[in-house]
Amino acid sequence: MAVAAPAPVGSRGKKTKEWKSPDEGQGRLAAIMLSPTFLVLILVIGLPILLGIRQSFYTTGGLDAQGFAIEGDQFNGLKNYTAIFHGATADRFWNAFYVTTLFTVVCVVIETVIGTAMALIMNRAFKGRSLIRASILIPWAIPTVVSAVLWKWIFNANGVANDVLGNQILWSTDGIQAQMAVIIADTWKTAPFIGLLVLAGLQVIPEEVYEAAKIDGSSTWNSFLHITLPLVKPALLVAVLFRMLQTLAMFDLPYVLVGKGKPSVETLSILAQQESVNTRYGPAAAYAVLLFLYLVLLAYAFIKLLGADVIGDAAPKRAKVKGQKRSKVGRSVAKGDMP
Amino acid sequence: MAEGTAAARPRPPRSRASVRSRWSRARTPPASCRGVLDKWNAKNPDQKARLIELPQDADSQREKMIQNAQTKSDAYDVLVTDVVWTSEFAANRVLIPLPESEFPLDKMLKPVVDTTKYLDKFYAAPSSSDGGMLYYRTDLLKGAGITDPPKTWDELIADCKKVQATPAGKGVNCYAGQFEKYEGLTVNASEVINGAGGQVTDDAGKPDVDTAEAAKGLDFLVNGFKQGYIPKEAITYKEEEGRMAFQAGKLIFQRQWPYQYNLANGDEGTKVKGKFAVAPLPGLDGPGASSLGGHNLGISTYSAHKKSALDFIKFYTSEENQKANLELASQAPTFTDLYDDKALQDKYPYLTTLRDSINNAVPRPRVVRYGDASTAIQDAAYAALTGTKSSADALKGLQSQLTEITGK
Repeated sequence: MAVAAPAPVGSRGKKTKEWKSPDEGQGRLAAIMLSPTFLVLILVIGLPILLGIRQSFYTTGGLDAQGFAIEGDQFNGLKNYTAIFHGATADRFWNAFYVTTLFTVVCVVIETVIGTAMALIMNRAFKGRSLIRASILIPWAIPTVVSAVLWKWIFNANGVANDVLGNQILWSTDGIQAQMAVIIADTWKTAPFIGLLVLAGLQVIPEEVYEAAKIDGSSTWNSFLHITLPLVKPALLVAVLFRMLQTLAMFDLPYVLVGKGKPSVETLSILAQQESVNTRYGPAAAYAVLLFLYLVLLAYAFIKLLGADVIGDAAPKRAKVKGQKRSKVGRSVAKGDMP
Repeated sequence: MAEGTAAARPRPPRSRASVRSRWSRARTPPASCRGVLDKWNAKNPDQKARLIELPQDADSQREKMIQNAQTKSDAYDVLVTDVVWTSEFAANRVLIPLPESEFPLDKMLKPVVDTTKYLDKFYAAPSSSDGGMLYYRTDLLKGAGITDPPKTWDELIADCKKVQATPAGKGVNCYAGQFEKYEGLTVNASEVINGAGGQVTDDAGKPDVDTAEAAKGLDFLVNGFKQGYIPKEAITYKEEEGRMAFQAGKLIFQRQWPYQYNLANGDEGTKVKGKFAVAPLPGLDGPGASSLGGHNLGISTYSAHKKSALDFIKFYTSEENQKANLELASQAPTFTDLYDDKALQDKYPYLTTLRDSINNAVPRPRVVRYGDASTAIQDAAYAALTGTKSSADALKGLQSQLTEITGK
């Protein structure tokens, strides 16, 4: 440490002369200031991912001639991966893949619609608005496992849901009703999250834009379609992306609400967990890596196709190129483009 | 460990819960274990034992113990293991073999002793046992003019019809067990298969489940759902859901563990206090067979205090302490004497039935990959119970899966 400390000072002193713009110096400073953060990120995110990928090429266990487990990890090449795509394992994998995708698509679509509606309501000026905002956020504040237990009781054979419906639906058995239970519980919990992010997006839209539209004789629906939606699009896309990634990795809700070993709600995460519980860490890691790749692929496609601005640096870049600042908002309004 | 702790035990009190958390959460007063621990610590101040509680559910406990061994950690000295884990733990070097001669195994129930061995070596000392029993409503049976509990499934179904024809029995469901897809279903499915003269694995551990007997056994449950002598909602029952139904007076017969006895006879939330008794599980042509539950104590391979750990296990599993645990937590003992004790029999009327249940009990498959075997059994039984497969087809698939899992 004692040696390292003076170094930046000296180099900075030297560099001062070469600085071409204040921007560059700030960039350097930012890099230095952020490096501990990156170090931590590498340690807590990068390293586990690499170790997970490494694990997926190894296998543990197997019995020797004496009937005892072979000690240590053995290199297994790509066998953990190829095994996933063979026989009964393949059926289970593709089923989990389908279930994961189904949950993601259905949940995110429903949640986006409801969440946006919530945001529109919360954005209105009315009496008790803060109360409504707070209460809408309660489901989001409850940990998923807790809400899963809560819904488990609601969906009990003699629970509230069946009382209300006047029917005895066995929600926690395998089948479409189990999927519905998961979708309902997930929507209940996370639509407020989308609502919150969209609300933030709504609040930066200046009131004048609506007034101008009103004067031009635009209907409420038209204003929503051509003003609200395009202007809220960046916030909405980020919210949808986050939810998409979360739903793809969904584990606790189906696991607790419906239970393990029910194919209709078995997601890829549950599959990986089941393998690891049975101490097959190699195949478990392989499942996790496949899920990770699927996640990365979808996120990349989402960002590319829909232009979700996750990092928040797309706007200034574009602004620089086109030489007009804050172009994003202006352009969107002018064109009225739709997501 | 720093103070020279001899035996750190992963959550013994609820080790009840490790079996029981699968089977039930409500039955685990940790007091019993702590009591024994306090006694030990008072006697051995230089080798203090400390209790380490592991997560609630059995799968996580099992995983923690295996991981602990894989990292060669000496965090635990004594492990409280489910009776079905012995093979897996021994094969994975989680436990070390114990000196068999130092334990009074000949004084214990034989099926219990059988759970302690892997490849004929002794790995864990029995500390508690458990067996399923048939709970039945004495008042309803009496009202229908029935004096004895049923010994076969046909008798059980016939008794139900008689009871349901009486005014008091109108609308009361006939039978339920634990049919949700989890360890309890493995237990219940194995029991009906054994009760019809079939078996899941033979004595050598070879799968033998694709038989007409096994199918007949499973059909008792399958037909129950089809014909209605098992209520539809029972497919969602674990121990507690079933206990709620029984205590609410909604069942005539029920397959359940001993823990329900005191609770259903208690003062809280039960409508059947003093109105029920227990009998051995019925079977196809005569009394059936229970699956065996319970816990053993073994020593972790990487323990730094193996000598004290052995002393501790001997102390903990002693007859005296098992008696204390029976009185404190209605934990089923493993010593034969205790079941013959007149005073205890008067206090716990279910003891003789429980002893018979344990003595006739069939262990669940003793395989190294127990988790996979159990999952396979659950998959097959659940498919049959929900009607997606016939019993015969389900068992045929199970046979080939178990063959792959056991490698035999």
